[in-house]
Amino acid sequence: MLSIIDLSISFTQYRTGLRQKTMAAVSNLNLSVAAGEILALVGSSGSGKSLLAHAILGILPSNATMTGALVFKGEPLTPERQRALRGRDMALIPQTVNSLDPLMRAGAQVRTSVRNGKGRAVQKNMFERFGLTSRDARRYPFQLSGGMARRVLVSSALASGARLIIADEPTPGLHHQVAQETLTQLRELADQGCAVMLITHDMGTALGVADQIAVLYAGTVVEICPSSDFKDQGHLLRHPYSRALWRALPENEFHPISGSQPLQDYLPSGCLFEPRCEAGTSLCKNERPELRELRSGKVRCVHAS
Amino acid sequence: MIRLERVTWLTGKALRIMTLLFALCVISFVLLSYSPIDPVQAYVGADMMRVSSQQREQISEYWGLNKPPLERFVRWGRALIHGDLGVSMIFRSPVRDVIKDRFAASLALMAAAWFFSGIIGFVMGVTAGMNQGRWLDRILKWYCLTLASTPTFWLGLLLVMVFSVWLGWFPVGLGVPAGQLSEDVTIWNRVNHLILPALTLSIIGVANIALHTRQKLIDVLKSDYILFARAKGKHGVQLLWQHGLRNIMLPAITLQFASFSELFGGSVLAEQVFSYPGLGNATVQAGLRGDLPLLLGIVLFSALFVFSGNLMADLIYLVVDPRITEATTL
Repeated sequence: MLSIIDLSISFTQYRTGLRQKTMAAVSNLNLSVAAGEILALVGSSGSGKSLLAHAILGILPSNATMTGALVFKGEPLTPERQRALRGRDMALIPQTVNSLDPLMRAGAQVRTSVRNGKGRAVQKNMFERFGLTSRDARRYPFQLSGGMARRVLVSSALASGARLIIADEPTPGLHHQVAQETLTQLRELADQGCAVMLITHDMGTALGVADQIAVLYAGTVVEICPSSDFKDQGHLLRHPYSRALWRALPENEFHPISGSQPLQDYLPSGCLFEPRCEAGTSLCKNERPELRELRSGKVRCVHAS
Repeated sequence: MIRLERVTWLTGKALRIMTLLFALCVISFVLLSYSPIDPVQAYVGADMMRVSSQQREQISEYWGLNKPPLERFVRWGRALIHGDLGVSMIFRSPVRDVIKDRFAASLALMAAAWFFSGIIGFVMGVTAGMNQGRWLDRILKWYCLTLASTPTFWLGLLLVMVFSVWLGWFPVGLGVPAGQLSEDVTIWNRVNHLILPALTLSIIGVANIALHTRQKLIDVLKSDYILFARAKGKHGVQLLWQHGLRNIMLPAITLQFASFSELFGGSVLAEQVFSYPGLGNATVQAGLRGDLPLLLGIVLFSALFVFSGNLMADLIYLVVDPRITEATTL
């Protein structure tokens, strides 16, 4: 459904005086998501997850520069095509509840995103599925709880009938049951032939529903693998960072690694993970590894086997 | 519950205007009693040399100017409570009538200026905000900033020079043609005399609303809900209509109603330049010629005028903004 080839996003910023600084937020990212599957993008804050979502939809801020290629349903996704397709074939479930217009009733906001069929009927149907009443539909965002507002956002994206759903952190702040319902909803959509890109920093959420997991680190994909590879001690995983993420979970070893993700304007010239990697060598320091196929997955590490 | 809240709100507002008016009365009275202008001299004018000191005392006696200030204030205040603002010294008629006549003339001027500056300013602000950073925005911004720093009287003189003196399209001043009997004055005569002063006030007035609307629209366009609306495929006019306008309209309306004070201040200057017989013109005359009753009357009236503008802004918010209207119905 969607392929992302060698995508880089950078920002130009003016520092003191007229000195410009380029910050690479996403670098050489490769991904693809097929119809019928959920691909979960997992990574910590600042790994470029939300930006990737905005890049796919073509709603990046104007000071961002994007290189690389996007392919949607076999055809290049040009800015014109993005404009025509967003909201119709591609829908976003945004991260923040501020995404609701403060002066528009919840129901009306969902109705404006319906592209096929009667707006009111689709909106009612969506609200019923997510446990929202017709009274809630007449409420303004300030009258909704955080969880309700999130459900309105999810309804809004699903009401569009899009084939590609990009869910940017759809579950935080939701009651466990509703969170589960949202994920089930996404699973159902995928089973009906939609492609779902689930962006999250919560490994648990991702593993529960996703078919594939893509691990993001410092703006690039370090590993893509079936979610079933995340098990036991993580010995099936290909990249040291994925293993570290897995081992850091409380239900596993609860063992953190030292250091932190490099800042966007101070990226190492070699492998992005090298400064924190136990297996790092001089080769890792000097050359940035390419993403390569390995055991029905992909990895960006020269040592992986 | 809701009723009770509204009642408390209204009582609060009423108390505020009463204390404001009282303070205004005291301060203006004190200021004027220390004013270097001798009301008797101002009243008599050029004939001062021919008026004996005895006659002057009689005039003082007649107006009650020889009484101590406190007593004069109490007498004036007591009359005020009964709705009597006193008699204007320069117009020789009740202050109430003077204000009524003059305000009617000013109202036409201010209403025209208020309406046009509001509409044109809002449209300019939206246009600039939608084209942020582009040449259209730069031109509009430059224009507004220039206007915002332009004195009203200067612009008025400029317009008189161009449109009245050089082109001869409009009269130089006054509210009706000079030398024409009042029953012969047509509505067209009045409108013709109104255009230039109203234009002056409108041109000055657009800057404020345009710049505020522009900034607010830019903020709104940066918001998460606009980003989400764009992700839903909304763009251009539809995006502005569905999510932009409503969110920038409220501040614009408030600003426009809260600008009554600037409007009044502007009309004082504009009326002076055009010798337009409005309330602003009367204010200047009352001040210069020491017409205490008229000046105090105008001060009170203009305070009420500005206050009612702010009150209307509040009321509109109550009716229009759902975050206030429906906050209590949760």
